Amino acid sequence: MIARILAIAAAEARIAIRNRWVAIASVLMLLFSLALTFAGSAPTGALGVDLLTVSVASMTTLSVYLVPLLALLLAFDAIAGDVERGGLALILTYPVSRSELLLGKFLAHVGALAVAIMLGFGMSGLAAWISGGADAASLFALLRLTLSAVALGATFLAVGYALSALARGPGAAAGLAIVVWVVFVALYDLGLLGALVFDGGGAFTQQVFPWLLIANPADAFRLFNLAGSDELALATGLSGATGAIPGWAAILSLAAWPVVAFGLARLALRRVEP
Amino acid sequence: MSTDALVIRNAVKRRGKVETVSDLSLTLNAGEIVALLGHNGAGKTTLIRMILGLTRINGGDISVFGAAPGDARARRRTAFLPEAVAFHKSLTGREQLRLFARLAGEPRGVIAPLLDRVGLSEAADRRIGTWSKGMRQRLGLAQVLLGKPRLALLDEPTSGLDPMSRHDFYAIVDELAAGGTAVLISSHALTELEARADRIAILRRGRLVADDSLTSLRRRARLPTRLMVTTASEQSGQVASRLGGAQINCRGVELICDPDGKMAHLGRIAELGGLVDDVDVIPPSLEDLYRHFATGREQT
Repeated sequence: MIARILAIAAAEARIAIRNRWVAIASVLMLLFSLALTFAGSAPTGALGVDLLTVSVASMTTLSVYLVPLLALLLAFDAIAGDVERGGLALILTYPVSRSELLLGKFLAHVGALAVAIMLGFGMSGLAAWISGGADAASLFALLRLTLSAVALGATFLAVGYALSALARGPGAAAGLAIVVWVVFVALYDLGLLGALVFDGGGAFTQQVFPWLLIANPADAFRLFNLAGSDELALATGLSGATGAIPGWAAILSLAAWPVVAFGLARLALRRVEP
Repeated sequence: MSTDALVIRNAVKRRGKVETVSDLSLTLNAGEIVALLGHNGAGKTTLIRMILGLTRINGGDISVFGAAPGDARARRRTAFLPEAVAFHKSLTGREQLRLFARLAGEPRGVIAPLLDRVGLSEAADRRIGTWSKGMRQRLGLAQVLLGKPRLALLDEPTSGLDPMSRHDFYAIVDELAAGGTAVLISSHALTELEARADRIAILRRGRLVADDSLTSLRRRARLPTRLMVTTASEQSGQVASRLGGAQINCRGVELICDPDGKMAHLGRIAELGGLVDDVDVIPPSLEDLYRHFATGREQT
């Protein structure tokens, strides 16, 4: 079983490298992270926080958009494309289960995403440290950011597989992926904001809103990183929203989402007739 | 547990209200080559996908060496060559074959000889995206040979192959069958299959309308045999009038007779002695038979 998963993963990793996904994603992460680290250095003086602390805040905001997008770009073709090419039918005539197949792809794609994320954030951390703008606390915040970004990416990879299995073709899967991306990173928050304004600080705002916020992996990611340290909360002004819920909730959401989404993808793959 | 490689009993596949495969029964024995013929949309590919467990069957049952289609035991013994083999463009042939070998639990050492066997040794380390259709087809054949299958299902295997590759392809198929593998080939290339298939199965709109050896099908169809007589120079007019055939040109006469009358005709031709140079007996070809059965001139 392990041998078959690794065989699939090795082939998928090669494909991700050869079609330049890894290179493009790495360069993108690197450019944005470095730009934010140094462009973000301008307003730090007044708050008295170091360079890396501020850039972790900027990179968090960036990652909320960029990481899900990169993950969906990698995943939308994973099932639908194989079905269209006829490759899935052939693979499934071999003694490999659909779970093994999906796990193999997941392993390779999470790895590819992790490489891009670590390269981007790692270089930023290094650059900030060399220029004297980092301390132990801000380096720890960067580590949290890196790990949680991988979890966020894994979630959207699995969501992408589910869409890819449900869609009628790669084109439809790409369309669905865009819709899901916009909903999770933008419309969901707008909806909550509207509800808050309408509720005007009532029971919804107190009891339900924080949990709804935490239920969205993108928001959980934001809360986990921005509320993680007092300095960051100070830098972004997000601490108000997070006071109402315990700190473990965001971690739980980030840890549970990849597993739940993978389960959904596996269920969706069951319906596929290659 | 039977010794048959593949047993299909009254299989049915429905898409909506339409039955794409109806009440189909077919058996393949070890070492047998069976040609599966039918128009586009007759249900050939659907049938193969049912045998592989890629699509559910709605009635009847299919047993692959006593196991259900798609069962791990069945998959381990079955090889499949899809109609349009689409491997991933970015992988090299060797990498693609290594993936299949690892999934089949075969050692790394089998790959190089297999690539050599299908004539891909030189191209093996180039990306499949740069390959011709025929090369991809040959890689498909290489993966069929992986793990010594007991049942090979080949869907339109020779489309896109040049005549030389076709020849090599059938040599490999014969080798497989000689080793005891049951081979089911769906194809349109009737003339190629004529000499090779032990049995011919013809599908018409999801129904099996013929399943027999070529000789028996010929007997059953009672299609006319053609006798082409080549006469001594300028004698075709005379020969045609004495035999009652049609004059083709100044040296040829064509006779059409039913299978039973063939010997009598040949006797009469032999009596003409010096007037006749040569005679060719042309039995109904597989193409004629196919047209006969697949268009429904015989109701079964």
